[in-house]
Amino acid sequence: MSTRVLIVDDHAMFRAGVRAELSAAPTVEVVAEAEDVDTAVAAIAAHHPEVVLLDVHLPGGGGAEVMRRIGPSATRFLALSVSDAAEDVIGTIRAGARGYVTKTITGPELADAIGRVAGGDAVFSPRLAGFVLDAFAGTIEVAAVDEDLDRLTEREREVMRLIARGYSYKEVAGELFISVKTVETHMSAVLRKLQLSSRHELTRWASDRRLL
Amino acid sequence: MIPIPYAARACHDGDTMTSAATTPPPGSAPAYEPRRAFREPDAGFLGGVAAGLATHLGWPVMWIRVALVALTVANGAGVLLYAALWLWLPTLPVEEPAPGLAAAERSGRRTTRRGLADIGPGVALAALAVGALFVAQLVLGTGLVLWVLVLGLGGVALIWRQADESSRERWRDSTGRLDPVRALVGDGGWAAWSRIVVGVLMLVTALVLFALRSGRLSLAVDVLVATGLGLVGVLLVAGPWLLRLFHDLGEERAQRVRSQERADVAAHLHDSVLQTLALIQKNSADPAQVARLARAQERDLRSWLFEDAGPSGSLSAALATLAAEVEADHNVTVEVVTVGDLVLDDRTQPVLLATREAVVNAAKHAGAGRVDVYAEASPTRLEVFVKDRGRGFDIEAVAADRHGVRGSIKDRMERHGGTARVMSRPGEGTEVVLQMPLEEKA
Repeated sequence: MSTRVLIVDDHAMFRAGVRAELSAAPTVEVVAEAEDVDTAVAAIAAHHPEVVLLDVHLPGGGGAEVMRRIGPSATRFLALSVSDAAEDVIGTIRAGARGYVTKTITGPELADAIGRVAGGDAVFSPRLAGFVLDAFAGTIEVAAVDEDLDRLTEREREVMRLIARGYSYKEVAGELFISVKTVETHMSAVLRKLQLSSRHELTRWASDRRLL
Repeated sequence: MIPIPYAARACHDGDTMTSAATTPPPGSAPAYEPRRAFREPDAGFLGGVAAGLATHLGWPVMWIRVALVALTVANGAGVLLYAALWLWLPTLPVEEPAPGLAAAERSGRRTTRRGLADIGPGVALAALAVGALFVAQLVLGTGLVLWVLVLGLGGVALIWRQADESSRERWRDSTGRLDPVRALVGDGGWAAWSRIVVGVLMLVTALVLFALRSGRLSLAVDVLVATGLGLVGVLLVAGPWLLRLFHDLGEERAQRVRSQERADVAAHLHDSVLQTLALIQKNSADPAQVARLARAQERDLRSWLFEDAGPSGSLSAALATLAAEVEADHNVTVEVVTVGDLVLDDRTQPVLLATREAVVNAAKHAGAGRVDVYAEASPTRLEVFVKDRGRGFDIEAVAADRHGVRGSIKDRMERHGGTARVMSRPGEGTEVVLQMPLEEKA
């Protein structure tokens, strides 16, 4: 069974391009397109896609607003944006996206990422992994007042570092002598920490990190 | 000394100004609007009154100038007319060029022609004016009044001219805050200052001459003191109002600066993207070249729109530059991820050089379309990983005297107290790991 996908982007040209690329992938079926927050919310209600490819910059409040209006649901969001600004990436992940890829991603890679998100896993690009490491850096030494959520385990850090170095999931698994499934578990845990971490500095981190 | 105010138009390109080019007011509605006259300070010698009139009436500008000079003989009517028009005619509104052009102009990538191209008519008119002065002297007698008038009018004209100049500069410049001195002299320069100084001197001389007319020195001093006191009084009364005026001007200018910034943004986008699109069209038969161009453009826009590379001299900025250069030279994609940042110094510079060598090697020999660079800077050490998925090689098989890896990467790192490891197997790509311990700063 193929994954039912909704494409949300305000550029018709880009939607057409993604649709064409995904049509080559047998595992993905594009059920609808939407161009702004309102049409996206309506389309999600009408089609119940499994995965929404969500542009971060959207008329009507952006991708985060779509996820806020949908609320908890079975639909999973994969952010797909030209922007790789830290604020956008972290903001979207914290709003509930299961992954963040930039628009330069190739068709097969995108289909692969969609499949993974549909299966409940997280998708980290090297850049996103770098942001995560940066955001959680420094908290390792800090006394663990705020429990485990504010820290990555040593293993999670290693996984993130390998992802940031450009390793595929399979290569990460091979390097750390663990199964691919375990890698995916680690990544989901990292994503959860990123979304749930009570450190309110985390969101501010993105804008502050340039002031190093 | 120029005794009589007049304006002359610089003939840039022949006599085209006689073609009765009427300037409609900007934004004219379809409904009837009376044609309005403007001063054209850019086209004139003095205030641009004659040039503006010529445009408005559709006459050659020289006729008007001659007429004004001639009218001066008739009890100075020409001068009065000119002065009145100078005061009451609005200057020709500066036409806003397209955002791209304006931005290019501001950043010095475009030039506009300004100023007088031909002083011939000026000389002719000056001669004519001197002649008119002699005629007037004959008519009015060689009284002191004439010289007082001439001096005073000349001084006023010079100062008015400077006011035009500085107001124009005020519109154009967008830096610094507005202060009264700048408002008066614009960007300064000898021309501005000398106009003001000579103008004021001429006025004072006229005043002194006028006061001395009675022949008594004490009376002259009295007149001067009275004039000075009057000026101070006017300043006191009008001071607060003037200050507020300056303040408003500053606000207005701040707004202008903002809109200029927006225009610069638009121009940057248009400029670089248009160039790349043109290049892509030219190279459309060569897919590799097209991909390279598109990638370079993407990197440019991306960095410009979304991320400030760290401050110059920082590791992240240096890596971004490195990636852009290698991409341009070798037609590969270089993905850089940086965690933490530091300012490059003698200790970390070798790491950057080794990184460059590793990235170039990967781009040249690996045959992969993409190279991943990951740099992590912590207070205690700097690590850089360069990875590709290319054809890889057998490390043992590489001759020991081969220069590349050994000399420029391993030896360089070890010389500076770091380490370099190369991991590769045929068919499985290559990864270079560079590590440099850093002393923690106390």
